[in-house]
Amino acid sequence: MDDTLTHVSAGRKLKDLTAKVLVGAAFGLAVIPLVSVLWMVVKNGLARFDLDFFTHSMRNIGPFDAHGGAYHAILGTLQQVALAALISIPIALLTAIYLVEYGEGGRLARSISFFVDVMTGIPSIVAGLFILAFWVLGLGMSFSGFAGALALSILMMPVVVRSAEEMLRLVPNELREASLALGVPKWRTIVKIVLPTAFTGIVTGVMLAVARVAGETAPLMLTVFFTDSINNSAFSGAQMGLPLFVFDQAGKPNPTAIDRAWTGALTLILIVMLLNLGARLIAWWRRPATSR
Amino acid sequence: MAKRIEISGLDAFYGRTRAIADISMAVEPRQVTAFIGPSGCGKSTLLRTLNRMHELTPGGTVEGKVMLDGTDLYGAQVDPVAVRRTIGMVFQRPNPFPTMSIYDNVAAGLRLLGRTRRSQLDDVVERSLTGANLWNEVKDRLDKPGAGLSGGQQQRLCIARAIAVQPQVLLMDEPCSALDPISTLAIEDLIATLKESYTIVIVTHNMQQAARVSDVTAFFTITDAGEPGRLVEMDDTNKIFTNPSEKGTEDYITGRFG
Ligand SMILES: Nc1ncnc2c1ncn2[C@@H]1O[C@H](COP(=O)(O)OP(=O)(O)OP(=O)(O)O)[C@@H](O)[C@H]1O
Ligand SMILES: [Mg+2]
Repeated sequence: MDDTLTHVSAGRKLKDLTAKVLVGAAFGLAVIPLVSVLWMVVKNGLARFDLDFFTHSMRNIGPFDAHGGAYHAILGTLQQVALAALISIPIALLTAIYLVEYGEGGRLARSISFFVDVMTGIPSIVAGLFILAFWVLGLGMSFSGFAGALALSILMMPVVVRSAEEMLRLVPNELREASLALGVPKWRTIVKIVLPTAFTGIVTGVMLAVARVAGETAPLMLTVFFTDSINNSAFSGAQMGLPLFVFDQAGKPNPTAIDRAWTGALTLILIVMLLNLGARLIAWWRRPATSR
Repeated sequence: MAKRIEISGLDAFYGRTRAIADISMAVEPRQVTAFIGPSGCGKSTLLRTLNRMHELTPGGTVEGKVMLDGTDLYGAQVDPVAVRRTIGMVFQRPNPFPTMSIYDNVAAGLRLLGRTRRSQLDDVVERSLTGANLWNEVKDRLDKPGAGLSGGQQQRLCIARAIAVQPQVLLMDEPCSALDPISTLAIEDLIATLKESYTIVIVTHNMQQAARVSDVTAFFTITDAGEPGRLVEMDDTNKIFTNPSEKGTEDYITGRFG
């Protein structure tokens, strides 16, 4: 047999092995923090992972008492994140559509793009401060879940714009042309061809943004404030959020409070995971073309 | 329903660069007109000016006239969307909508225009797929994704999609360049049938194909890089391939180009 086709030099074998080991080690290193965090949270969080935790608030529970739960915080987080998503997703999607489909690199598109980049860099506490100064102090509104949602949507918007833009750009131009060549108007082409094609990717981007803001603590402190009781309305009075709950409980000099903090953290992770799973299901369900 | 196209003094630009210059020609109804010429001479560009797709390219502009049975397609009152509905297009690479089934792909044009009742759709889909010579191959899997077909089937699906909206002119930009000889033959047969009811323009690099399918052939060329493409001559396909008037045409057809 011809030697040139079968012979691999020792140097190349060594390089191959080194690269394999390095890549493996880097992967291991990257996974260590993730696994250990998950393990810690699950191990410590299971202590209070009971019915009480999910059905009770912290009302009338003193700093050294056992029992109590995070019902008020879970409710608050769900409402705040849902409101933030409701506010930011439509605006962000329309912005992305404008940038990709209509902007054509014009001056307006470039300046919008620039400001989106700037918004991406805003520290979360600044978003909270802004809503505090503008909404609470400036307009004289009360602290509320809605104020928190406003702050969160400032953080969500640029993330969704960027990821949706990316996904829309991935849609091959040929598909737009195929639709336009059938005599379909541009806006209908966008709604019926471009968006469905990019749907899965857009959903993923939105979920990442939701996951990101669901864990934000700083902006909530300045906007939804804080409470131990259940407040069903996101539009009046202080609310609670899971990140705030964790922060609050973890600061108390009492093992039962620390346990509650861990369970709060575990719940937050579970909520984000469930949302992610839901999004994946939607994406999977919308993917294949089957209906007549 | 087939219509005549008359082009006069047409220039097309990409930004500042002129891609084609001073094109004047007539495309007759119920005939197949082939555009041939070297790469870059502006065949695709010319084709895309005929259904106002050219202006969708950033920087794409057009000067001159394209008359469709007496209406100037570039007239101020004319709606480009309506033009594209009247003049259908099949692209070089098959481009079925990936999110849609075979059925939905064919129905897409009518559905997106929102004018057809459901009961009619079934008929149109069957008629278009039959017309595109694809019905027998897909009739049992209309609900499967259109992207799951072979390349040749996808291209015929795209033709079915284009004829489902009943255009009056069909523009085809190298429709067979990605296909095997058998699919190519199927599409050529299809073109022969379609020309009974449509005005057809086909761009091709395949001389035999031009000779086989077309009634009239137009030869374009480009003198130098940076120069716009121009029409050299246009005549009966027979004449072009046996006894062209221009030396350039003969050189190109016999392979003595450049
Ligand atoms: N989107 C574009 N932007 C700028 N110039 C372009 C664009 N598309 C085509 N051109 C230029 O216009 C000229 C004509 O191109 P066109 O695609 O019409 O040629 P063609 O005859 O179809 O070539 P081919 O046989 O390779 O498909 C070429 O010089 C090309 O570089
Ligand atoms: Mg071309």
